[in-house]
Amino acid sequence: MNIAPTETLRSDFRFDDARIGQFIIAAAAAVALLRFQLPESLVRPPDWLVLPFADWINAAFGFIKDDLGFIYATRAFASIVEWFLDVTGNLLYGRNRWPRIGPLPWTTIAVTAAVIGYALNGWRLALLCGGTFVWIALMGQWKWAMETLSVIVVAAPVSALLGIALGIAAWRRQYVERIINPFLNIAQSLPHFAYMIPVVVFIGVGPKAGAIVTMIFAAPPMIRMTLLGMKKVAPEIVESGKMCGSSGWQLLRHVRIPSARTEILLGVNQVIMQCLAMVVLASFIGMPGLGQKLLQLLQGLKIGRSLEIGITIVLIAVMLDRCSKAWVVKQPKHFERGTPWYARHWILVAWAALAAGTVALSLAWPLADQIPRKHALTVSREADFLVDWFVRLVDPVTQWLRGFLIRFVFIPMRDAYLWLPFVSVLAFWFGLGWIVGRWRSALVCLGFFGMIAMSGWWDRAMITAYMITFSVLIAVAIGLSLGIWASRRESRAKFALLVCDTAQTFPSFIYLIPVVMLFGVNDVAAIGAVITFALVPFTRYTIEGLKGTPSELVESSAMCGASYWQQLWKVRFPMALPTIAVGLNQTIMFSLFMVIIAAFIGTQDLGQEMQRALSSTDVGKGLVLGFCVAFMGLMADHLIMKWSDSRKKALGLN
Amino acid sequence: MKYLGKAAAAAAIAAVPSWAAANSSDPIIIPLHNWSSQIVMSNLVGTIFETAGFNVEYVTTDSQAVYESIRLGDVTLELEVWEGAFGVAFNEALAKGGLHDAGDHEVSSREEWWYPSWAGEACPGLPDWTALNDCAHLFATPETGDKGRFLGGPVDWLKHDQERAEGLGLNYVVVNAGSAAALWAELAAAEKANRPILLFNWTPNFVEAVWDGAFVEFPPYFEGCKTDASLGINPDMTYDCGNPTGGYLKKAAWDGMEENWPGAYAILKKVSFTNANVAEMAKLVDIDGMEPEDAAAKWLEENEEIWKPWIEGMS
Repeated sequence: MNIAPTETLRSDFRFDDARIGQFIIAAAAAVALLRFQLPESLVRPPDWLVLPFADWINAAFGFIKDDLGFIYATRAFASIVEWFLDVTGNLLYGRNRWPRIGPLPWTTIAVTAAVIGYALNGWRLALLCGGTFVWIALMGQWKWAMETLSVIVVAAPVSALLGIALGIAAWRRQYVERIINPFLNIAQSLPHFAYMIPVVVFIGVGPKAGAIVTMIFAAPPMIRMTLLGMKKVAPEIVESGKMCGSSGWQLLRHVRIPSARTEILLGVNQVIMQCLAMVVLASFIGMPGLGQKLLQLLQGLKIGRSLEIGITIVLIAVMLDRCSKAWVVKQPKHFERGTPWYARHWILVAWAALAAGTVALSLAWPLADQIPRKHALTVSREADFLVDWFVRLVDPVTQWLRGFLIRFVFIPMRDAYLWLPFVSVLAFWFGLGWIVGRWRSALVCLGFFGMIAMSGWWDRAMITAYMITFSVLIAVAIGLSLGIWASRRESRAKFALLVCDTAQTFPSFIYLIPVVMLFGVNDVAAIGAVITFALVPFTRYTIEGLKGTPSELVESSAMCGASYWQQLWKVRFPMALPTIAVGLNQTIMFSLFMVIIAAFIGTQDLGQEMQRALSSTDVGKGLVLGFCVAFMGLMADHLIMKWSDSRKKALGLN
Repeated sequence: MKYLGKAAAAAAIAAVPSWAAANSSDPIIIPLHNWSSQIVMSNLVGTIFETAGFNVEYVTTDSQAVYESIRLGDVTLELEVWEGAFGVAFNEALAKGGLHDAGDHEVSSREEWWYPSWAGEACPGLPDWTALNDCAHLFATPETGDKGRFLGGPVDWLKHDQERAEGLGLNYVVVNAGSAAALWAELAAAEKANRPILLFNWTPNFVEAVWDGAFVEFPPYFEGCKTDASLGINPDMTYDCGNPTGGYLKKAAWDGMEENWPGAYAILKKVSFTNANVAEMAKLVDIDGMEPEDAAAKWLEENEEIWKPWIEGMS
């Protein structure tokens, strides 16, 4: 492990490392300046370097699918999933399948949600849960919302169980962990679309494909959290379990898993949120529900209606997040021996009574059963009016901004990125890697970016890179100012963190609504969405970093007579840098995801090609493009985490 | 599920009239895409099926990938197969087997680069394509610099406009709109600013009723234009021709449809719309701002004489 050279910690040995890196970067710049003298093979990856990865992947998939008959296995699995979806579909929105008793009255579902909320965290959560469903019913979105929820209800438990099983396997056997880890790294940095293409090939389109892609997408964080939780279980607890004579399984079931409860439930929270994000996006492969409606409305530029759907999705996200987080904090209750079961489970009894009551009510009064669309409220006309007024009001500004950005920022920047010879870019990353972590990091960077050069999508990747660079720069500038502003007072910080937390639960799709409203469908809108989405984690980590400075340091600097700004720049900011770096890492990841999603509003980068690949169900191309995105993310991740680690060590933090 | 469905069908034999006996209670799955007439037409035919007693479900899918899904039976049918945009995907799936041609609409379709009247006034050489290069500056935008901009449809329509621009040596950049609605929004904005615009359009469509304009006349389409570089006016490139004129608009069906829902299949074979019908469906949504479901209901209410005969003797 090598430490990055800094002003304060510089030994001769490390000094040399930095010099080598700087020298390589300088050489890269020199090569770039000589671009017109360079042979073409140094400017763009030559043909012999570009390998037909897509064809290989397609051949491999074809072999697995047709020759090994894997498609029968996946189709069989899909029909099991479909059976579950049919059941939830029937109960929630009356799909004409077994058990044919649905749809349940909306009042029953709202009451059930409220009772769950009450059981988890009292009246306020009950109000949020019940209120969400009342809003959905009144706005006439019941069927769409239930279509979405019917998939989450199936996908989230499967995904969580899968994650727990794999997490435990990885914890028990070191080699499993070693195999799984690189897969997890890649899986968590692959854009959503890359998951969809193989699923379309193996499963097809529609709700079951949506459910399966959701399960796969949401499992990795659960694996991570389970592994983390199992590793953290104190040996004393396990020891005492052994002393009680527990068998291996009992030890796992009654000692280890309960001790790792917090981590596992945090994993469940992540699974649920990931499920929601993916279910909404899966509308691209025929998943019905809120996401599909939102996609149609956004494409039809009907902003008022899409705002209504957006509010619903946000309410559902906040509700699911609050409930699952409340579950994390809630400790199991223990009753005295001899307490009768109805006292132990009084909430369950109350729920049964309420549910029966609402069913009876819905029999007597049909509006308590289903609210037909013509009775539903809508604020879309008013919303459209307001939005229209607002858009017209700011139109001169947005038009000017759009023209300015395109003419003087985006186009020159894109041309500059495309102008760079690829050897310079590779050498630059190699040099930067050397500065951060010597030859090891240098090789990692070269490997990741070299693969992009070999994929044959260099130009598209550079367009993505320019969009990411610009968005991250702006997000960092705004996030930093917001973070500094918010961390000055405790109350502000609390408020800002609450806003960030809430905004982080929104599915990424939501962020497209305001930008499409303001800028229409073009590059500026896409980049606007990326900035807004990426801003959230950065602000959050900046606040946490600045707040987390050890109080002794702050005090001693105050005693030295440092002013607020001196304290900020000389003490708190340097101490917060490692934490802020983690924020930067997430910002880059989030930008990469968003830039790909934003492709459907018309960009020219990897995302557009990925949508084409989805259209022609070209697995090979889709995965190659997905890997290009993942490799950019992984490279940034490697550089930042390495730097942050060595920095933390140098500062004596944890 | 298949078994359950069959059991239900068997149980139904005793209860319902003979024609329905063989029809499965499994839902007929109808795909929806990203342009209005298709969504309305799908809802409309779906409603007709429901009137005749079938279960119907809708899925939103990609308009190219849908043929693979029909082939595998994941989706049952497709109501708008436009020759220009989807002919290739349709023929590929047809060759692999699993779906078949379920007849044409009474429509003569055309998909081509199109310009509104004010653009024609600014560039008098049009509609001949050779005038395009002289007028490129008129169609330029900040995004495209000194080249002209052609606003294409969403990428999943796979229109090969960029290839055509290269094949014919046009000084134009293709920018893809995110959806059909984005095309019309740009057109309306261009009208307000009296700015010439060149964009993708097709007929039948509601656009002809709202805006005056014309298609660009490219060198006529010929067999092999898309595959054989040596043919056509550019000996080194493919796509040196226009889209076919008078193309078909047909319906496609999964091979299993006739067996599973013979009644619905018979209706599908009879379904046929005209240019005016298709344009009307698009207009209800794009101009009148109705929800596709409501637009379908309205159309059915007003045009009973067209569709009632299709289900006669069935319900």
